[in-house]
Amino acid sequence: MALSRRQFIKIGSTTAGVAALGSGLTTDWWSLQAHELTDPRTDGQKVVATFCELCFWKCGVLAHVRDGRVTKLVGNPKHPLSNGRLCPRGTGGTGALYDPDRLKKPMIRVSKRGEDKFEEVTWDKALDETASRMEKLRATYGAEALALFTHGYGGSWFTQLVKGWGTPNVVAPSYAQCRGPREAAFELTFGHGVGSPEAIDIRNARCITLIGSHLGENMHNTQVQELADAIAGGAQLVVVDPRFSVAASKARYWLPIKPGTDIALLLAWINVIVTEKRYDVDYIAKNAIGLAELEAHVAGKTPEWAYPLTGLHPDLIRETARFIAASRPASLIHPGRHVTWYGDDTQRLRAVAILAALLGSWGRQGGYINQSSMGIPKYPPFMSGRSGGAPADKPSDEHYPMATELLASGICDATISAAPYGVKGWMVYGTNLMQSLPNPKQTEEAIQKLDLLVAIDVLPAEIVGWADIVLPESTYLERYDDLWAASYKQPFIAVRQPVVEPMYDSKPGWWIAKELANRLGLPEIFPFKDAEENIRWRLSEGGYDVDMALRDGVLLGERVPVTEEEGLEIVFETPSEKIELFSQQLLDAGLDPLPDFTPPDEPPPGMFRLLSGRAPMHTFGRTTNNRVLGSLMDENEVWVNSTAARALAGFEDKPLATGDYVMLENQDGVVSGPVKAKVTERIRGDAVYLVHGFGHKAKGLTFTRNRGASDSVLTSRYKVDPVMGGTGMNVNFVRITRAEA
Amino acid sequence: MLFKNYRKRFVMVMDTRRCVGCQTCVLACKAENGVPLNGYRDWIVTETKGEFPHLSMQIRSERCMHCTNAPCVTNCPTGASHYAKGGTVQVDRSLCTGCKACIAACPYDARYVHPDGYVDKCTFCMHRVERGGNTACVDGCPTKALAFGDLNDPSSDVALLLHEHESRLLKPEEGTEPNLYFLV
Repeated sequence: MALSRRQFIKIGSTTAGVAALGSGLTTDWWSLQAHELTDPRTDGQKVVATFCELCFWKCGVLAHVRDGRVTKLVGNPKHPLSNGRLCPRGTGGTGALYDPDRLKKPMIRVSKRGEDKFEEVTWDKALDETASRMEKLRATYGAEALALFTHGYGGSWFTQLVKGWGTPNVVAPSYAQCRGPREAAFELTFGHGVGSPEAIDIRNARCITLIGSHLGENMHNTQVQELADAIAGGAQLVVVDPRFSVAASKARYWLPIKPGTDIALLLAWINVIVTEKRYDVDYIAKNAIGLAELEAHVAGKTPEWAYPLTGLHPDLIRETARFIAASRPASLIHPGRHVTWYGDDTQRLRAVAILAALLGSWGRQGGYINQSSMGIPKYPPFMSGRSGGAPADKPSDEHYPMATELLASGICDATISAAPYGVKGWMVYGTNLMQSLPNPKQTEEAIQKLDLLVAIDVLPAEIVGWADIVLPESTYLERYDDLWAASYKQPFIAVRQPVVEPMYDSKPGWWIAKELANRLGLPEIFPFKDAEENIRWRLSEGGYDVDMALRDGVLLGERVPVTEEEGLEIVFETPSEKIELFSQQLLDAGLDPLPDFTPPDEPPPGMFRLLSGRAPMHTFGRTTNNRVLGSLMDENEVWVNSTAARALAGFEDKPLATGDYVMLENQDGVVSGPVKAKVTERIRGDAVYLVHGFGHKAKGLTFTRNRGASDSVLTSRYKVDPVMGGTGMNVNFVRITRAEA
Repeated sequence: MLFKNYRKRFVMVMDTRRCVGCQTCVLACKAENGVPLNGYRDWIVTETKGEFPHLSMQIRSERCMHCTNAPCVTNCPTGASHYAKGGTVQVDRSLCTGCKACIAACPYDARYVHPDGYVDKCTFCMHRVERGGNTACVDGCPTKALAFGDLNDPSSDVALLLHEHESRLLKPEEGTEPNLYFLV
């Protein structure tokens, strides 16, 4: 290994952050002398309180600035989501700010769409072009022909813009591709969704059941903080996962379930709890309807029934059911977050909700809790807006009747089919649709039907390469955004404010949206000089201390009772005003009123079910180009069970070993890789696992490009949830072949 | 302190039960200490035992153990690696020639060569501790899996943790008397 040998005596240093050495070293350095304490001097001359944007959790950050550079990001102790501690992504946020691959200038496409060729233009030119093409779109098809896809907190400005301009089509893949089935299921059962941050009390739970949720690898900061506290306080975990996750390694019980059979397990658990009368009888009698129907429904769905379906021994199912029930009501069945797996996801989450109800954990300490938020006046107070008509995301009202938000995948479908009406323009803010929607081929097909695709982003992700106009946004550390009044057990208002000046020719989202509004002849959408004025106006109009908010980055509100133990009166906003174990709403819509198990498709011979998940240092594909986070993980691995690896066809000469590069080919002949193999005992033999977000192909992502495999590319099939339109994505199978050397 | 000759003994306690292996400790250290992207003063080890489905796993955040009997100090030809305040082991960059004798001697592989040519490793963030603070990894850890303090002070976090819980050391057979304790 080459080693750069340093000069013996070196006064000062070229490395930033290293203190100059004291004098006197040139003499007598060999003999005894006081050793210098090296202070790396990374404490800020200035510390700015803001909130994070590395993921959707949005923790409070204190940003240290020294000589105009952000030296470090630490948790804001006053912020209830960070409690002074960030996750690795938040800590590595400087890697997003100083990413040399950032979009630096506005750009307009100069060749065929998708060829990723652009010329740099001025902001005036890019904004004029965007506005004139939006107006042309409206003149030809109507304003509703424009859809906004948005993810990230800065998207609020663009939502305000396009709604004021007149389209109802504002969508986020975080619903139909992520947590939508959960929201629908809990609203059907309790009359209230779970929300974000999830309204759950992990810290006080005595038993925590995770079903496919890999908290800890899934780094929702506050939840993981509470999980660690709960474990240290003696809480027990039951983890259902085909993979021996980090959470599974801390569990009292790990149930390595056959993928796609969770509903069978849940019904068997409910069977045990109902037949052995281990549920909260008083709570159910007082608060729920449909117990008799539920009892009849689960009769016969015993652990013995579930055994051949799930691969879990009946004794284990029975024992865990009793164990879970023994800690009620402080027995938390975690609702998960990314729950779009098999297309029957709302029904699976209904089973979770029913189980939570039987445990009496809704509205109770250690279960599901009540969250509240602080009010802030809107600015402008009344949005006039033009009438937008009905959204285009559902072909008809008969489809997905229980969807409570718009479907991103539905807009993609409507763009292709031109039904119920044509969507001809996409504005895409901060979401790489080539990875966040399933089946990128279909997304490409939709894009080719568009008259206009505008991308507002920080990095040249794949979707940016497909755009007609690219508007480079400043990172979260360089801009104001709107105030965030979170719904949380400790209500708070958080402030996002710039830590350093915008780099390159990037602009804050509020500025881009406001400039577009002016050009569209709608200056009234943003009746303020800048975002700072907006924030100050809203805070002072709401009666809040503006200076304190800007100094601390957060204002805390009055905490209201979150559980029955604290004096909360539990109400259910369902039609019956009770917990609906049996769902008349679903029956009326022609859907199963109680969750039923349907067996998943079996992997074809020689193939594995493709599962995906998260790593703590990455958020989707958004962070994989971040070199700081890349120093922790710069490619993903495909997890293959050791026994399955030994039996792998095509590897007879030399068995697959950890570190070998392989290709993954799915049932439709789609190939991704090369990707490193991780041969491990920590996964079942019928599935393989990838961390989501790798396998980028965008040429501008020079760090992460061609590293690892993309589960999104391999998700050429998905199953749509008939209840709310979610896209179940764990329905693809892959074959493993050796990568060419 | 009570006695004039009171000597601090800085140790770290790492709770494997709390740790999820997220590696915030690694990045908090990098940011605090300006550690280059390809250098690591601390790191995560995940140790899995057993066969599917009978498995157990331990996750550890590891770093220089600041050994009481440190082979790096013994083997350093220039005196750059030395015992310092609180029983910690430090590297004086001005004395280090980058010879790597310490790297060869360390049973914990705790050191790396900084691009500027000297050998670098965990300092227990002495520049923060001297100001009454804590190490960056301890302060940053979202699961509070790390504690740092003076083991000679019976009321310190580390003393209480080690009093209340079973702990283990890594490679005690090396005779290094490491000062990083793991709760299991």
